[in-house]
Amino acid sequence: MRRIPLIGGTPLASAVVCAALALSLSACGGDDGGGSKGGTGAALEGRGPITFVTGKDRSGYLQKQVDGWNSEHPKEQVRIIELPDEPNDQRQQMIQNATTKSDAYSVLSLDVVWTAEFAANRWLAQLPKDQIDLSKMLPATITTGQYRDKLYAVPSASDAGMLYYRKDLLEKAGIADPPKTYDEMWADCEKVRKLPEGEDVDCYFTEVNKTESMTISAVEAIESAGGSIIGEDGKPALNTPQAKAGIEFLVNAKKEHMPKEAVTLDTEGGRRYFQSGKLLFQRQWPYQYALANSDDGSSKVAGKFAVAPLPGPAGPGVANLGGHNLAVSAFAKNKATSLDFIKYLAGEQSQRANLLATSKAPTIAALYDDPEMVKKFPYLPVLKAAIASAKPRPVTVKYGDVTAAIQGEMYDAVTGKKPVDQALTDLQGKLQPLTAQ
Amino acid sequence: MTATERASAAGTPAAGPPRKRGRDVQGTKRLAALLLSPTLLVLALVIGYPVLAGFRESLYARGEGLDADGFVVEGDRFAGLDNYTAIFQGDRADAFWNAFSNTTFFTLTTVVLETVIGVAMALIMHQAFRGRSIVRASILVPWAIPTAISGLLWRWIFQADGAANALLRQEILWTADGFPAKMAVVIAEVWKTSPFIGLLVLAGLQMIPRDVYEAARVDGAGPVQQFWRITLPLVRPALLVAVLFRMLDVLRMFDLPAVLIGVNQKSVETLTMIAWFEASNLRYGSAAAYATVLFLYIALIAYLFVKLLGADIIGEARQHGRRERRRRA
Repeated sequence: MRRIPLIGGTPLASAVVCAALALSLSACGGDDGGGSKGGTGAALEGRGPITFVTGKDRSGYLQKQVDGWNSEHPKEQVRIIELPDEPNDQRQQMIQNATTKSDAYSVLSLDVVWTAEFAANRWLAQLPKDQIDLSKMLPATITTGQYRDKLYAVPSASDAGMLYYRKDLLEKAGIADPPKTYDEMWADCEKVRKLPEGEDVDCYFTEVNKTESMTISAVEAIESAGGSIIGEDGKPALNTPQAKAGIEFLVNAKKEHMPKEAVTLDTEGGRRYFQSGKLLFQRQWPYQYALANSDDGSSKVAGKFAVAPLPGPAGPGVANLGGHNLAVSAFAKNKATSLDFIKYLAGEQSQRANLLATSKAPTIAALYDDPEMVKKFPYLPVLKAAIASAKPRPVTVKYGDVTAAIQGEMYDAVTGKKPVDQALTDLQGKLQPLTAQ
Repeated sequence: MTATERASAAGTPAAGPPRKRGRDVQGTKRLAALLLSPTLLVLALVIGYPVLAGFRESLYARGEGLDADGFVVEGDRFAGLDNYTAIFQGDRADAFWNAFSNTTFFTLTTVVLETVIGVAMALIMHQAFRGRSIVRASILVPWAIPTAISGLLWRWIFQADGAANALLRQEILWTADGFPAKMAVVIAEVWKTSPFIGLLVLAGLQMIPRDVYEAARVDGAGPVQQFWRITLPLVRPALLVAVLFRMLDVLRMFDLPAVLIGVNQKSVETLTMIAWFEASNLRYGSAAAYATVLFLYIALIAYLFVKLLGADIIGEARQHGRRERRRRA
């Protein structure tokens, strides 16, 4: 009997450890045998209650929109399932639901970069293009919902980077217009830093921490220089002079023009930095506009900034496309109701109400020109132009691997651990097998 | 009659007991097996099955390649040991050995620091003084905070404009991928788990009889001598168990570096994080292979630990058992 604790004390404990590991793995790796009907373009049938699966809704407005639908469709009630805040956690839960072929999720709110992976794994029902009015939407957003020219998701919210700049400081330095090129931006910065108010101001910030934001910054830099991470032939195109020029801009900006702690700042960190008044130019998403303008004392730059299109090497730059699309799970019941609900939520009326309530960027082009909206959200014309010319992140089934490779190599380049050429060659080598399909 | 009766009566006890005891032992064994079987069944279900299922998974690959329409090819493919050999080839070998050395580095540094600090905490908690309960409670607070939350707390502390830099009057970029990130993880981990060792050691301290110390004092032993000659040897079994548990814990560390620094960061990536990354990119077979390799590593460390340091406990217990058996005989 005395031996039992000894036996139990060690190998057993490690067995428990492994069991915990193994459990988590086998739990997510449920058997995937058997053919599924997803993605075959079959008609969407079935009416009845459905669920809407989305990330955390911080505004609280989504429930009101769903209530509006529910009061009109008593037999086709929609229930919201809120997933964690982190996009990666949302993706995980949706994948778990899909690999077990559960019908718990009906309508999915997908990040724009997930479409290819979800569609290729047959987790999404193909949507009938002829039944959905896409003509009012910005064309760039529609492509994010497609995989191999078939429609799998309807864009419901968009996003693109803009250049936030300190209007007050530029005016004091005698500069009338925001910069259109990198060189203009650095020259403007030189002038501002000669002012007494501009002494401790940092020039520029775009996110270069090793997260998805690094991929976004890399795409914007390379596309602005006329290059592309994945070329039109579907193969990586990092061995081009354009790609090199793009990344050299990032490396140089990080070295000479960004705050020292740039690699530790995430999206929110960048916002706080801008709001503290220490930044002249910043690449940031539209959501910052309202927050940086709030007069509750949290922002020192309220009323002192404006937005412009991103600058490029010689003329305007290219923004990256963000946003969310709505898709129908291949394993859902009541797919006809799901499609109707998507049409409702992505329709002009809902998007208009949503923009007013939550300032989420719409995908309907007309809303950007609506005088009432522009009055409330003065950045809309700039954002519309940014989205219209925006480029997506690499469209690939193995997006998780692709973005991790981009983040790793670009981070090494930006922090000076690797020369730009070496990082681009390595990345080219890593992306080749990932995209060779 | 009486004589034979007496003889048989005398003989029965002489001949009977061994046979009876043999039957008893057999019956006891059967009863023990019967009583233990539910436990064994549960263990087989919740430990045995997942381990085997995880191992089986590691021998298969799926989702390789797309068909003509761009859909992922369905079905499993038996891959044999491919998932294992892939770990040690090319770029992935670099990532693996990097994670392996990170894991080992974290285990060594944090466990050593935690042991020293934990024992010190236990000694303080063991002293009788006014306000002892407050000290005890406050020492245990870090252990009571969920790891993910303490990861967030430390991330604020380690921000570029956070408390750590303000205190040190330095501008260290703790949360960026690099050596300071390693330090940040070690500091947060030690802060969080030293109380665990402190708690277990405290329990061990309370088992030491007071008269041993009194005898030592009579013999003229100073506090330092008392600590090395009495406290440490007597608390050793409890300490070893605590250290073993900590080692097994750190070897599969995931949440703290993931929250504090982030995933896919070379400087803090551990073996579990690689397994997680593989699983989250739908390569369950490969993820299971990493998990199995980690399992073997943990088993090896635990075995070595028991062999090298814990051998005494086993020896002691065996001797103890033998002595008791001898005494009974």
